[in-house]
Amino acid sequence: MMRKPLLAVLLLGIVLSLGCASDEPSEGESDFKVGMVFDVGGKGDKSFNDSAYRGMLNAADDFGVEFTEFEPGQDADREVGLRKLAGAGYDMIIGVGFLFSDAIKKVARDYPDTKFACVDYDVRPGEELPPNLVGLRFREEEGSFLVGVLAAMHTETDRIGFVGGMDIPLIHKFEAGYIAGARHVTPGISITVVYAGTTPQAFADPAKGKELALLQYGRGVDVIYHASGSTGNGVIEAAREAGAYAIGVDSNQNYMAPGHVLTSMVKRVDNAVYKAIRDALEGTFEGGIEELGLAENGVGYALDKHNEDLITEEMTKAVEDVRAAIIAGEIEVPSS
Amino acid sequence: MSRFAKAVSVLSPVIAVAAALLVGGLVVMAIGESPLRVYSILFRGAFGSVDSLGYVVFNACPLIFTGLAVAFAFRAGLFNIGGEGQLYVGSFVCAWVGLKLGGVPAALAVPLLVLASAAGGAAWAAIPGFLKARFGVHEVINTIMLNFIAIGLTSYFVINVFKEPGQMTPQTAEIAASGQLPRLAGALQSVGIPLPAANPLNASILIALGAVWAAWFILNRTTLGYEIRAVGLNPSAAEYAGINVRRMLVVAMMISGAFAGLVATNEIMGFRYRYLDNFSAQIGFMGIAVALLGKNTPLGVLFAALLFGVLNTGALEVDVFTDVPRELILVLQAVTIILVVVANEVLTKKLREREAGAASQATEESA
Repeated sequence: MMRKPLLAVLLLGIVLSLGCASDEPSEGESDFKVGMVFDVGGKGDKSFNDSAYRGMLNAADDFGVEFTEFEPGQDADREVGLRKLAGAGYDMIIGVGFLFSDAIKKVARDYPDTKFACVDYDVRPGEELPPNLVGLRFREEEGSFLVGVLAAMHTETDRIGFVGGMDIPLIHKFEAGYIAGARHVTPGISITVVYAGTTPQAFADPAKGKELALLQYGRGVDVIYHASGSTGNGVIEAAREAGAYAIGVDSNQNYMAPGHVLTSMVKRVDNAVYKAIRDALEGTFEGGIEELGLAENGVGYALDKHNEDLITEEMTKAVEDVRAAIIAGEIEVPSS
Repeated sequence: MSRFAKAVSVLSPVIAVAAALLVGGLVVMAIGESPLRVYSILFRGAFGSVDSLGYVVFNACPLIFTGLAVAFAFRAGLFNIGGEGQLYVGSFVCAWVGLKLGGVPAALAVPLLVLASAAGGAAWAAIPGFLKARFGVHEVINTIMLNFIAIGLTSYFVINVFKEPGQMTPQTAEIAASGQLPRLAGALQSVGIPLPAANPLNASILIALGAVWAAWFILNRTTLGYEIRAVGLNPSAAEYAGINVRRMLVVAMMISGAFAGLVATNEIMGFRYRYLDNFSAQIGFMGIAVALLGKNTPLGVLFAALLFGVLNTGALEVDVFTDVPRELILVLQAVTIILVVVANEVLTKKLREREAGAASQATEESA
């Protein structure tokens, strides 16, 4: 079937490539191995997954741990992938996203000597976690409240917008905090809320995000906060195109369209992941649910050279006052 | 069929797979990895242990159902692209019934849920079947559109009506324990096969094997199957022979949909025990490839599904333990399918030429 020259070239190539060094998982001085399994959207979403990845990279830099990572193709692969990593002797395994909740709990029970962490763990009322599993949860509503304050102070039309990814309670927390924050500044402000979809794919659809954002900008909205993974890359793109403003999420996204990203609600998944790895290394790992809000620096807003011209001193002062008030419990932030 | 023809029809998928591996090797080389290393990880991932073999069969199981669905409809001359929608509806109905079965003994609950899965898929497939039979609307368009409708509707119901309270994850609560299929690890261990208890291989594979037999039996041993095949080969001739073609189209689509719906026995009854929104990673569409590779015969589907099970299982291993991206495995699978089609066409053409040659020779000799 094959023409002989092609076959020869192929065989030669295979033989040659045998000699090439192949990339093993990055070697460190420690023999501690960390495995990370990503959510929908995967590495490169510039948002949620990348934040988790950064936490692992930082830990690898500081402690010299060895790591690998992958993105499951189908749902069943989540559990299988976690098991493969555990079976291959990884010391700590991190599931990124609430979709891992059931799978990681099962696998954690079967591998009691391996440490597990799950970002955005979806806890059931009264549920007990195995002692080798930490569920990292964030009070996204608190950080969203702060960016809501900034949005309301920045808007000139008194119309702001929100683009959510998948229409689920987790994202409702972002929405609720944002709305409460904006109303805290301007009680009568108009807020348009729209979701990209009802499936996990809604977190990975930049074209849809752009379309939804342009629709809102066309109707007089001038600031849009997105909580939609890589779908939000489209929202930020739309802000640049429409000469309006977007608010980034999870990672600091200010750099993605300097001058058009008002700020970013940073969810410090990186810090949480870093800390979980450090705890596991130092033997201070504790299972259970860990809630991270403003007080724990688990969430916040991003201020850097890309948006310093957009955030006035008055805004900084107002938002810092609100932050202090939330931490002190003087402001109650709704989560739904 | 001559012995040569038989050999060709068996060998062409094998040749295609070999060619696909070669082409895949080129792709691996192009991204700077060693093909031998990647393939050895891939095959070790699939065949390296009893555990991984269990995963191969587990991953093949839903593809057997969707492959049968496509193959069966194809034999009636119907191109059922709607396996994805049918499996969602079948699975949803299965979970919905399963949630209500608390207290019902397993002897009753299991058959009931199997039936519910098949009925859900069959009902969804009946729609394009009916539209085709009654109005002559092409089933490809309708099955594709019904996929969107099924995905949207099931999402809506799971998120808004049946979601487990207080949970982020868009999934239902667990179905009744009596409706859950047993995992096979325990049984296999007792006969000396050391399948780890955590392996998700479950009794659904037995249902899948039963479905392979049933598809073969219906097609080859019943009047219904004869009529379905007759319609598939030549509807006009079938009608002339007194076969109710319209009825056959609907019946064939419904049986096809029932096979797709049975995916629920693996995904809902055997593995997850709940309906998770969007759980299928294109299992329905992969069924088309499986049927194609299996030459639209039930036994062929079984082997093709196992091959895809090997690729999927090994792919995960490659994904986890190398820098080769998952996309590459998708490329490999797509290349396999294309090469199967090409190999099939080329070999069939060769075969026809050869037989035509032999025939003309024979007529010359007899003259």
